Formats: sequence, C-alpha cells, structure tokens
Amino acid sequence: MSFPVVKGTAYALVHAGSMLLYQGSTQMTERLKNAQSDHLRELPAHLRKYEDAVGYPPNQAYIGNITPDELKEIPRPWHENPAAGAGRDGKYGEIMPEDEFFGLMKIVDSFDLVMLEEAFQDAVKEKLQAHQILKDIRDINKLEGTACSAAEIQTLVAEHGAQPLYSGGKPAGCVKKAHEFDEALSSEVMLGNLANKASAVLALRLLLAKTDLRPEEVDYIVECSEEACGDMNQRGGGNFAKAIGEMCGCINATGSDTRSFCAGPAHSLVEAAALVQSGIYSNVVVVGGGSTAKLGMNSRDHVKKGLPALEDMLGAFAVHISANDGASPVIRTDAIGRHRIGSGASPQAVMTAIVTDPLDKIGYKITDIDRYAPELQNPEITEPAGAGNVPLANYKMISALAVKRGDLQKADLMKAVDSFGMPGFAPTQGHIPSGAPFIGHAREMILEGKIERAMIIGKGSLFLGRLTNLFDGVSLIIEKNSGRGADTEDAGFDEEQARGMIAEALRDFAKAFKG
Amino acid sequence: MLKGKKIAILGDRDGIPGPAIEECVKAAQAEVVFSTTECFV
Repeated sequence: MSFPVVKGTAYALVHAGSMLLYQGSTQMTERLKNAQSDHLRELPAHLRKYEDAVGYPPNQAYIGNITPDELKEIPRPWHENPAAGAGRDGKYGEIMPEDEFFGLMKIVDSFDLVMLEEAFQDAVKEKLQAHQILKDIRDINKLEGTACSAAEIQTLVAEHGAQPLYSGGKPAGCVKKAHEFDEALSSEVMLGNLANKASAVLALRLLLAKTDLRPEEVDYIVECSEEACGDMNQRGGGNFAKAIGEMCGCINATGSDTRSFCAGPAHSLVEAAALVQSGIYSNVVVVGGGSTAKLGMNSRDHVKKGLPALEDMLGAFAVHISANDGASPVIRTDAIGRHRIGSGASPQAVMTAIVTDPLDKIGYKITDIDRYAPELQNPEITEPAGAGNVPLANYKMISALAVKRGDLQKADLMKAVDSFGMPGFAPTQGHIPSGAPFIGHAREMILEGKIERAMIIGKGSLFLGRLTNLFDGVSLIIEKNSGRGADTEDAGFDEEQARGMIAEALRDFAKAFKG
Repeated sequence: MLKGKKIAILGDRDGIPGPAIEECVKAAQAEVVFSTTECFV
C-alpha cells in the first residue's frame, strides 16, 4: 500500500467588517426583528480596523507567520497584544482587506450580479492589478468599464432587494438577486456564495503560487464549505469546485462538493486521499471558502462585554494531496476514524469512534500522536459567548480517554493536554476550524522532525439541518514519510507489482531465447 | 433527585450532547419534555 501525501497547503483570511454588519446572519435577523435595536446601534463602534485584524495573533498563526506554540506564549487577551512583526503576507497565505475582496467578488462573478461604484471600482482595480497572485487572474477586465453610479446602487438596494456592500462606511456597491422569485438565488444567497467562491479562489491561487503544483496538473477538486449552490429545483445542486477551478486555470480538473457541516473538510481529505491512493487521480485539491452568514455570529456577547467584534474574518484554505513522493507527510488511510451511525452520542462514544478506534487499528496509543487538531475555534471568540474553550474541551476528553485506557496516568492528564494540544487560532467559520488550519503547521513540523504525526479531527453538527439528531466526526492521521518511496510505504507484499516483475522477466527471457 | 421531574435539556455539541443527557435523566426516572443539542460555533 502506498499512502498519499500532503504535498502543499495554503490559507487565506479576508477582513470583512462591513459584511459582518450587513450580511452576518445574527445582524440580518436582528434587523428584521428590530432595525433600531441596541445591538445594531452599538456594533459599529466595536468593528476592528484592518490593521488590527492583521496584527491579531490568531490570524498570524492561521497564515503561518507564527506557530500555534508561539501563539500559546502570547498573553491574552490577544486583541490587546498584537503579534510582533505581523504582516499581511504569511508563509502559507495572506489576509486580504475587504475593498480588494469586493473587487475579487466581481472578478469571479459570472452573471454580472456584483455592481461596484465607479470611484471604488477604479481604486480596487489598481490594487488588484498590482496584487502578486491576482494580477493575471482571468476576467480581471471585469473591473473595466462596468461600474455604476452611487444612485444606481441605492436604487438596486432600496427597490430591487440587492445586498449592499460598504467600504469605509460609504456605499461601495451591491450584489443583485439572480432571479425574481427563486429564494435559492436571492441576493443574500448569491452574496454568500460569491464570497465563498472568491475566498476559495484566493486560497487555491495562493496554493498554486506557493507550491510547485501547476494549475493544469490538478485532476480533481473537492470543495468542502457549508454553502449550497443551486436553484429552487435543486438547492444544493453544486458545483463550487469547478467554478473555483475555472478561475484558477485548472483546465484539466473536474470536481464536486462534499458536505457534512464542520466535518466537511475531514471527509474531503479522506476522499482526496482515496482518489489518489486508488490511482484514479494523481493530484487532488481540497478547498474551502468562507461563510458570510457566520460573521459576527456571537457579536451580541462581544458587544455586551466591551470586546471588539472578533468574528470579522472570512477563512479559506486549500490542501494538495498527491501520490507518495517519498518525502512529504503521508495520510494513514489504514487508520481513518469515523463516527458511525450506531456509535452513540456520549462524549466517550464519540471520542472512541473518532480517536481510539483508528489508533487501535494500527496499534498506536493515544500518546503516540504528537498533536491533535480537533475544533480549533479561537477561545477568545467562544469564551465570552458562553461556549467555552472548544479545543481544550476536546483535549480533556481525549486525555480522559487515555487515562481510562491505561495509556496515561491520571496525574498526567493535564500534562498530556499541554503536550498534544494547542490553542485554537481559527475564526468561528464552521468548517474552517475543523482541524484543517493545523495541516500546514503539521506538515512543516513533521518535515522539520519536530513531531512524528498529528491527528486531524472534524466534527459536524448534522442536527442543525433538522433531518437527524445525529452528529458527525471524521479523523485522519498525518505522519512522517518513511522515505522508502512510492510503492513500499508499509513494506507489505505487493502482489500486483510482483506479478508485473515476473511477467517482465519472462518476456525478457523469451526475447533472449528467440534472438 | 430527578424522579418524576419534568426536564428540558440543552446539550452542547462539544460538551455533552442532548441525547446523552436524555439517557441519563430517563434512567433517573425523570420526564424529558424537551431535548436539543446546540452548536455554538
């Protein structure tokens, strides 16, 4: 068996303060109930500046400028302690400001739904034409001669149900609905889908820019966000994957969308690994864009507690899975964890299914995994909202299970949490924190010999869809490559290969005999 | 302690989910009148 490898990763964040105000579901609901509410009145004063979002230590960890271990050393509150040397560009990606992102949304819009105000469009065109990885994106000319006046935008918003776009407190444009009556193509849905597509395009282009992967080498794209793209007859028809690949020049790729709430990325990584290991495709990319609905989801609590509205980032990532190169960390496809339909809902049952069952399969103990990456939600966002420190809660459960199994002494429970855990550093963007943000760091730590292996864990709240009370969980282990090459990863006997060698020897013998 | 009491359950995806709490309180002979699991992230 030849395990597939994690060949490359890229991460993008988009500062989205005005979309938090106007398109975050918490604020949209509040506006419907009471447009004059205290929350809506007070929220604007809590929005962060772009520079503050760039300096925010968890965001710097997300784009790879600091490690999760370095983040742990920065005292909280992190929003009062910016990371030293913070910058827009990171080892794994970048943090894009909202005005440029609106320009990117217009570029990726195939149906002329994004309208930008003239002066605003001119300004962002200039910035995007100078952007290292976007200056040569197809359709950048959509920013030429397509702008409209502020009055036209006002009419579209006030009379035709378009979603407003603001920049610096001023109207910058709008997103129109794509159908007069179809709710699946409403302006709200189209804005969310276009923002998701644009942020995923940014992540995939970053991956192509930062690694050796060429766009035409991509065979398959698995898109793993939580949005649904379709019309009233097939609301989740798809396909984000091909729409994203099209904008990145992946002319030889096809693709599809995988959904399982926050567990989507983990499912997608397993699928990508299987497609590569089976030989169906050589290069598969897993990509996920950001969610506008989740912007400012817990902002009521942040405002009440006098905090900045920290949920102002769209998150996106892209991971390249390829055939074994003998060097990059492998995905142990022989030890995939899954929460089965019959696993049960207790924390112990869940952790057993996701964590210990796959470890048992390959004879590992809980303590053999150097790092666990479960829900990496930033605690500075979740704690004020009463949701606690989510990764820490997961680490304690894993550690408790280790004690119960005899892998660990009870006295060492918290020591283990410190050792295999890390602080959450991802924005509360649903599928984004589900283990995926650590893949880049894990890859690097394994390549540098700092750790041997890490477990990526995704958990999904299926009950939110109101079809089942079940939830979901998938895990995978990323491990140091043995370096023995493509066909001997597990040193097992490869019958197919042996047969081929015998056949070749017989052919050579026959040739020699004839000659 | 819970015998005969009516119970409303609010479970947490990353803590104790509703169905798990439900099983416990049922075992204590309480009546579950409402049970849900919420996701706060």
